[in-house]
Amino acid sequence: MTAQYPTTWRRPHQIVPDRRLRIALQIGVLVYLALAFSTVEVNWQRVTEGMERGQRFIMGFLQPDFTSRWRDISQGLIESLTMTLTSTVVGVLISVPIGIGAARNLVPRPVYLVCRAIVAVSRSLQEVIVAIFLVAMFGFGPFAGFLTLTFATIGFIAKLLADDIEEIDETQAEAIRATGATWFQLLDYAIKPQIMPRLIGLSLYRLDINFRESAVIGIVGAGGIGATLNTSIDRYEYDSAGAILLIIIAIVMVAEYSSSYLRKFLQ
Amino acid sequence: MSDISMLPADWSLRSRAKRIAIWMGWLALVALFVWCWQIMTETTIWAFVWDAPRQAQDIGGRMLPPEWGYLPELMQPLWDTLNIATLGTIGGVIMAVPVALLAARNTTPSATFLRPIALFIIVASRSINSLIWALLLVTIIGPGLLAGIIAIALRSIGFIGKLFYEAIEETDPKQIEAILATGAGPAQVLTYGVVPQVMPALWGISVFRWDINIRESAILGLVGAGGIGLKLNASMATLAWDQVAVILLLILATVVVSEWVSAVIRRTII
Repeated sequence: MTAQYPTTWRRPHQIVPDRRLRIALQIGVLVYLALAFSTVEVNWQRVTEGMERGQRFIMGFLQPDFTSRWRDISQGLIESLTMTLTSTVVGVLISVPIGIGAARNLVPRPVYLVCRAIVAVSRSLQEVIVAIFLVAMFGFGPFAGFLTLTFATIGFIAKLLADDIEEIDETQAEAIRATGATWFQLLDYAIKPQIMPRLIGLSLYRLDINFRESAVIGIVGAGGIGATLNTSIDRYEYDSAGAILLIIIAIVMVAEYSSSYLRKFLQ
Repeated sequence: MSDISMLPADWSLRSRAKRIAIWMGWLALVALFVWCWQIMTETTIWAFVWDAPRQAQDIGGRMLPPEWGYLPELMQPLWDTLNIATLGTIGGVIMAVPVALLAARNTTPSATFLRPIALFIIVASRSINSLIWALLLVTIIGPGLLAGIIAIALRSIGFIGKLFYEAIEETDPKQIEAILATGAGPAQVLTYGVVPQVMPALWGISVFRWDINIRESAILGLVGAGGIGLKLNASMATLAWDQVAVILLLILATVVVSEWVSAVIRRTII
């Protein structure tokens, strides 16, 4: 008796090899999806009423009105752009020491833990929630937005910088240490040349993110183009809202292309 | 030929002109910063700024102790928030996959015409935050979960589309060639050559985005798009800071759990 070998090949399942567990998981997912869908109540009457507004919004997007609200738009844009630049600069300045402190190979353990804790707090709080609190504390306007973006920048830059420092080429650091260099000389001659291009790249990337975020935190009162956008949507002025969205998209696109060009130029 | 006296006595990394250019660059940045700072702080009321520590103390005092009795009431909005994130992610993946196929250089049917359109969709979706999408959708289709789901889905297209088209462009051309050599049509090349190679990447990207979407859907309620943000908005409007504290802790816990779940799933897939 020869063993019965299958004549066709079937690719074995890779993620969940056990058949029973796989079926249980699939049923579980289906049940969840059915439950999730059932909680979505759609008021179709409201939707049909809204369709007309949606159409007007798309028309507004196609025929944007830059002129009639231009004063508000330019005011919001200036606030957003100045907020973006100042918060990125200050955020990077603060995050460099924190990033160095959060690198395990450079500092004693207590400093490392404190800096990593700062990074974790900054990263786990959503920008909009931070903005709500800072608006409550510092009043409406771009200053609260500046503080929000600075705070968010610290977590982002410090974490990526620290990870980069931990991954540097240790032999170069050792060579500098062997000359009897102090800790600051080690930083200046062994660490800085290795991470500077990355730091510049990260800062440019964060500049881009901060601009996008500055368009959002205005909704909760932290100044910038988001406040203008919020007002124009509240007033159902979709042609102005379309203009603002187009400006945001254009600036993000310009920022993306110029930052990748600048990074290539600097490296 | 190589006369040692011709070389400069001191070694330096960059030439003099380059050093001056770099310093000029830094100077320009400082000047720009000062200028921007002045414009930005023109309307700042400094009395509020100096008052901030007292305000912070006041809010902090009102937040403690958190009103834990509020927690059961938050379970339904929390469930809604999870559903917004999950259904929004699924919607985003469904829309992002065709966009990514059009955007990837090796699968796009027309690199001159369709590819730029797909890339524009990706950039446009990424540059507009989900809160702005929600703001728009709430005025169009009314407040509720649906607006939140669509907002999350529209926002996810850009992220998933970008990462996924990069994954498609990185596929191994040899495997595709092998399928082509059997005489397969374009659809067969896609299903047997491309899909098996990019499937793990798609799962990883989707789970990653789901994790981000949980954070984003937590605040969508601020503009009326359902979920726990609605409760946050209501509690803040009534200045019930002890309830706000409970909501924020719950959001934080959800984010941490979802991050852990997504990390576990991605580790098993990849």
